[in-house]
Amino acid sequence: MADDRDRDGTELAVAEFHRKIKEAFEVFDHESNSTVDVEEEEPTGYIRFEKFLPVMTEVLLERRYRPIPEDILLRAFEVLDPAKRGFLTKDELIKYMTEEGEPFSQEEMEEMLSAAIDPESNSINYKDYITMMVIDEN
Amino acid sequence: MGSGTSTQHHFAFQNAEKAFKAAALIQRWYRRYMARLEMRRHCTWSIFQSIEYAGQQDQVKLHNFFSYLVDHFTPSSHNEKDFLTRMFTEQRSPQGSEMENCGDCESIEVPDSYTGPRLSFPLLPDHATALVEAFRQKQRLHARYVLNLLHEARKHLVQLPNINRVSTCYSEEITVCGDLHGQLDDLIFIFYKNGLPSPERAYVFNGDFVDRGKDSVEILMILFAFMLVYPKEFHLNRGNHEDHMVNLRYGFTKEVMHKYKIHGKKILKLLQDVFCWLPLATVVDEKVLILHGGVSDRTDLELLAKLDRHKIVSTMRYKTRKNKKQAEEKGKANQMGSAERPSPWFLPQSRSLPSSPLRPSTHKAPRAGRSSSVPCGVPLDPKELSRRVRHSVDLELERCRQQAGFPAIKEKEEHSTSESDVDSDAEEQPEPTPEEWRQVVDILWSDPMAQEGCRANTVRGGGCYFGPNVTERLLQKYNLQLLIRSHECKPEGYEFCHGRKVLTIFSASNYYEVGSNRGAYVKLGPDLTPHIMQFQANKATHTLTMRQRISRVEESALRALREKLFAHSSDILAEFKKRDKDETGLITLSDWAAAVESVLHLGLPWRMLRPQLVSSLTDSKLAYKSWLENLAKEKLSQQNIQSSLLETLYRNRSNLETIFRIIDSDHSGSISLDEFRHTWKLFSSHMNIDITDDCICDLARSIDFNKDGHIDINEFLEAFRLVEQSCSGGDVSDCPQVTASSNSVHTKASSVPVTQGASEAMPSSLLECLPYSP
Repeated sequence: MADDRDRDGTELAVAEFHRKIKEAFEVFDHESNSTVDVEEEEPTGYIRFEKFLPVMTEVLLERRYRPIPEDILLRAFEVLDPAKRGFLTKDELIKYMTEEGEPFSQEEMEEMLSAAIDPESNSINYKDYITMMVIDEN
Repeated sequence: MGSGTSTQHHFAFQNAEKAFKAAALIQRWYRRYMARLEMRRHCTWSIFQSIEYAGQQDQVKLHNFFSYLVDHFTPSSHNEKDFLTRMFTEQRSPQGSEMENCGDCESIEVPDSYTGPRLSFPLLPDHATALVEAFRQKQRLHARYVLNLLHEARKHLVQLPNINRVSTCYSEEITVCGDLHGQLDDLIFIFYKNGLPSPERAYVFNGDFVDRGKDSVEILMILFAFMLVYPKEFHLNRGNHEDHMVNLRYGFTKEVMHKYKIHGKKILKLLQDVFCWLPLATVVDEKVLILHGGVSDRTDLELLAKLDRHKIVSTMRYKTRKNKKQAEEKGKANQMGSAERPSPWFLPQSRSLPSSPLRPSTHKAPRAGRSSSVPCGVPLDPKELSRRVRHSVDLELERCRQQAGFPAIKEKEEHSTSESDVDSDAEEQPEPTPEEWRQVVDILWSDPMAQEGCRANTVRGGGCYFGPNVTERLLQKYNLQLLIRSHECKPEGYEFCHGRKVLTIFSASNYYEVGSNRGAYVKLGPDLTPHIMQFQANKATHTLTMRQRISRVEESALRALREKLFAHSSDILAEFKKRDKDETGLITLSDWAAAVESVLHLGLPWRMLRPQLVSSLTDSKLAYKSWLENLAKEKLSQQNIQSSLLETLYRNRSNLETIFRIIDSDHSGSISLDEFRHTWKLFSSHMNIDITDDCICDLARSIDFNKDGHIDINEFLEAFRLVEQSCSGGDVSDCPQVTASSNSVHTKASSVPVTQGASEAMPSSLLECLPYSP
């Protein structure tokens, strides 16, 4: 039955996920004591691997953090640019990113501006920007 | 109108909602992107650190090996004796009049054509400033002035206590700088930004002035000059790199010999002494303790203040020849049974053996070749442990002797008789006690950790990891409020830990690679509140975005990693084959990760790094032979060195270079084939490197490029330098755009021809050990 195959597939997937999660966790686990420090959840300021693993496994299995496709991203920018100029001015970008949605901190804003804004036109050509970021990730 | 307005409102609301959602989507995407970038940065950092520390471990093992030889190897023939005496005797300059006055250096003439800076003593502030300016303009100080300056520096240092006590009431503020590692740009930047030293502007430089960077000499000259000009305000602490043994490996010795071909030897000899006279620590206002590495649960500031710091020539090697019996007695009394044994000197007495913080805890016993037969993970009675180790090392040494063709010796009873005639220590000063030596090693090598307690620092091979409770106890015991230390590179140039009671300050920016990290220094005012200033002494990095900086550093780390992979190709291939029983030529990525880790033991997140290391897959499997071949292709060599030998050379490059420099005790720049073969044989068997006699001969012969029976150290290093140059990104000023081809093999334009296949008279035995066909 498809179910059985699914289950096997899922088990394999889970095992592989576990390995991947463990590896990723260890990158941030500087002291190798199975904890990484985090700013939410536990009041101690740390998250333990035993707690992290099942949560992340579920997240991966349910494919909750799938990458956002380019075209969707493009449309999002176009919503903010109703005149369809193909760009947003620096001020407009700042306004949207710091006042709408889940606002950026000043640091985040500065970092985004440093890469996104073309200093000559003082604006972001969002299509080019998206392309550049996506290539970078190959 | 009613309906009109509500429709308007409806639209307005919808638009606002859309804008909100759109912004939220963009933010989400961006944040995830930054998270991935952060991940890459962490991975890259892990790569650099694990390779760096693995190198340090190697260093320790190498010196343990030599130390052990020194202590237990009784030469039976005159030739052997000469060889060993020459190689291993610490040529400490006699405390005679030759060293006291600079009669020697006065005789060095400075030609009229010399346009560099000229010094006269006593030094004036203007001289020191002029020196900074001269070096900024890439001038070089004549050897005579170098020696003069070192002599004067030594005279000054001898008068200083082990622990300098300074006060902020004279100068208003004190600036503390961390590791510089030969990076002159950073020092000049600090002086530019913070101001030159003066009676109102005190400085403390916290060790590791030399090695790795290319201007260690110039940095030392500047630091010593200011120390002489402002003795009350300018202070230096010794770091673990202020050590002639460490310098052999990490580049300072090389730099001196390169810049001062005629007088380099003299300079190095004098430096060896000067380093031993550097103070060990500085205390500000009786409240802030500044030292290079860290502390341990045994750190005793009173003992440190009293000991004769000049006796500690090198923290790499604890000599025991003369006072071995005494040391043993003392050792037993102090319950430091194994402390006098070079091999396992860092073995814990009351501490438990930790797993290395860089490796996942699943790795228990390391490979035999790496641990010098020390069993891990099992807490044993320390005496029993050291006895076992001693025994196995004895066996190994016996085997080494036989393999190396030296006749077998009797037991260690011979020691007492032979010690006296082989020993040229007779003129030397008494040795430090094991406890003294250990105290100094602890403060120069230790690192803080987050957990409570105190454990042996097996990653570095020296000192310990100390926890917040150790810091707390120490600060309370001596009524201090802050510990400032260096020794560890930090991405931001500084880091607080232990509840802000410990501050790491590191002043060498771009330490691993351009863009890898900032440098920092800290200012203390009379209130002793630390103010941190950061910098990055490279204009180019400012124009790069974080993305570009990380990519650049990443490329460098990956290059280093690929080289390591190449250096272990044979072993890796064997592991691959084990996982490919059906001989399909393909393995899964899971197997790939496991195989590579089992050989390299770097504890890296291989799955994360996989896209950068493995470009193409067939059905999500890797064709491993061609992957290894691609790695090899990057390692071009002008010399006709057959590929498996090349692999051996790469794997042991640092050790080989260090061995060369140790053997070449008179710094002539060349060693004989025989000397090399002897030492390499002994070393290989000690490290469990499986290598036949023929291979050793061939290795020696292939390194002897001009076939004159001598190995020229620089020639040997040339081979690697050419490869590095052809692979490196070249000038910093071209900020590279990130390209999509980061997965492909780097084939930058190189003027070095690719040579594959057989060199002239390749012995058949080697043909058989080729892992893959050329």
